[in-house]
Amino acid sequence: MLQATDLNAIRAIITRAKRWDLFFSLLGILSLMIGILTFVVLFVDMAIQGVPRLSYEFFTSFPSRRAANAGILSAWVGTILVMLVTALSAVPLGVAAGVYLEEYAPKNWITDIIEINISNLAGIPSIVYGLLALGLFVYYFGFGQSILSAGLTLALLILPVIIVATRESIRAIPQAIHEASFACGATTWQTVRDHILPYSSAGILTGVIIGMARAIGETAPIITIGALTFIAFLPNAPFSGDPPAGLFDWIFAPFTVMPIQMFNWTSRPEAEFQVNAAAAGFVLVFMTLAMNGLAIWLRYRLRKNIKW
Amino acid sequence: MSASASAPTLPASIGQGISDRLSKKASRHVKERIIETVLFAAAAFSVFVTLAIVYVLVKESWSFFEHVPLTDFLFDTQWTPLFDDAHYGIVVLLSGTLTSSAVALVVAIPLGTIIALYLSEFAGFKVREIAKPFLELLGGVPTIVYGYFALTFLTPILQKIYPDLPGFNLLSAGLVMGVMIIPYVASLSEDAMRAVPMALREGSYAMGATRLQTALWVVTPAATSGIASAYILGISRAVGETMILAVAAGMQPNLTFNPTEPGATITSYIVQVALGDLPHGSIGYQTIFAAGLTLLLMTLFFNLLGHWLRKRFREVY
Repeated sequence: MLQATDLNAIRAIITRAKRWDLFFSLLGILSLMIGILTFVVLFVDMAIQGVPRLSYEFFTSFPSRRAANAGILSAWVGTILVMLVTALSAVPLGVAAGVYLEEYAPKNWITDIIEINISNLAGIPSIVYGLLALGLFVYYFGFGQSILSAGLTLALLILPVIIVATRESIRAIPQAIHEASFACGATTWQTVRDHILPYSSAGILTGVIIGMARAIGETAPIITIGALTFIAFLPNAPFSGDPPAGLFDWIFAPFTVMPIQMFNWTSRPEAEFQVNAAAAGFVLVFMTLAMNGLAIWLRYRLRKNIKW
Repeated sequence: MSASASAPTLPASIGQGISDRLSKKASRHVKERIIETVLFAAAAFSVFVTLAIVYVLVKESWSFFEHVPLTDFLFDTQWTPLFDDAHYGIVVLLSGTLTSSAVALVVAIPLGTIIALYLSEFAGFKVREIAKPFLELLGGVPTIVYGYFALTFLTPILQKIYPDLPGFNLLSAGLVMGVMIIPYVASLSEDAMRAVPMALREGSYAMGATRLQTALWVVTPAATSGIASAYILGISRAVGETMILAVAAGMQPNLTFNPTEPGATITSYIVQVALGDLPHGSIGYQTIFAAGLTLLLMTLFFNLLGHWLRKRFREVY
């Protein structure tokens, strides 16, 4: 028989334990808030500083020694061109590697090495990729400090992201799809081309967008290959210039990109340039946020729609 | 039963069709093999990237170490490679890297762990669905933007608290770096915690344990290896982070473990040299590869340690 005092003691223990539960819940929410608030403060601070500076001229002017005239034309054009090279080289390579590892790779030591290697590449700091590019692309291959060098560097950097995303979205396809396709006499490649790739394409796209969002904000590797910070001209359009340039001459042009333009302005002492930096930063954050948001939305849609 | 079913003879036209199909199969086979080889080459390319990284760094560092003895590199207490009186003591850069990383981890590890425990054990489905994308966005902000934030927002606030704080300092860079690393630590730890089987929790609840008791004494021990590897990944991120430090911590080499001073790290030194105009093949040019090799070895060590921890202490359910 429990005495009333025992019962009260037990109740007291339970109340205390529950109080600790509540305390930890609040601590958890608080920690989460610190993270989210930092993000909100960062975004709002940058918006307050930078948005008044945004104007049509800001997007259509070259950088200038006078802060009020400076703009980000060469930076955003450079970013788009570099991203083009990055996407064209990283996406085919990454998807092919992912497909090989999921659909073809036998279980042996070569496959093991490739897998360990990919997870290891994901952990290498981005600046080391910059050093690789400086030694290999800029000097050994002789591409110079060009859009091509920068695009390839960023492609190497996001390759693991794309490979992992490809593998995960292929793995989500049920085995029965493979079996049905093989039972109809399809070869592995026919199965991949007609079933696996179409069904996993949305997942792969999500990974590609996340990878590109990361590449757009990367500064360190591009500074390392020696990108110039002050570019007051655009690369030649295809078939223009003097003498007339070919279709792909722009890939060897010197360039600057958004994060480097922002870094350049941030490291100047004058307050007016800080405002420019905030404006460029706002555009940059807005671009990465939009891309990440798109990826998150795609993933959410995907999870809702596909029920195997 | 009479074996009236003599071997079924097929009409000639069908036989023709089969041999057609067989020959088609042969060409199909060749095509399959070619495609497989191409795909294999794409996968093997990643190994080539690693080899190229090691080759480039070791080759340039080799020329560097022909000029500078290894003992000077490791034990000299000055880093002045671009001066006439050149000293190459990597310890100076290491101190900056370690100090800023330590500050970042002091922020990221407790907050990341608490967030992971909260999201995996306490939060409802809705909170988790909203919070995780937000954390992901936090991890997706370009680091140059974090650097700007540390320099123009956090440093002035910190200067109000400690008026002596210089404009460039490792403290504010480290703190912002910590916030940047929170998502990595939190999401990897949370994955590890959610991989703990429900039965363990149910057993704990059945014994009358509360959520917090279950989280701390059942889930955390069972997920130790995953949590530890999340921490190690966080360390490796902090060591390799570049732009926040280049922008907010100043770039003067400074042998100090005091976070309220400015300092250079391995990464920010590389940026500083790359911004200048050093001729290809000069000793200054080679120093960034020696610094990069040091950085690569450090992160490689942490990555392998994380990998090993996960394997060694993984509870198998």
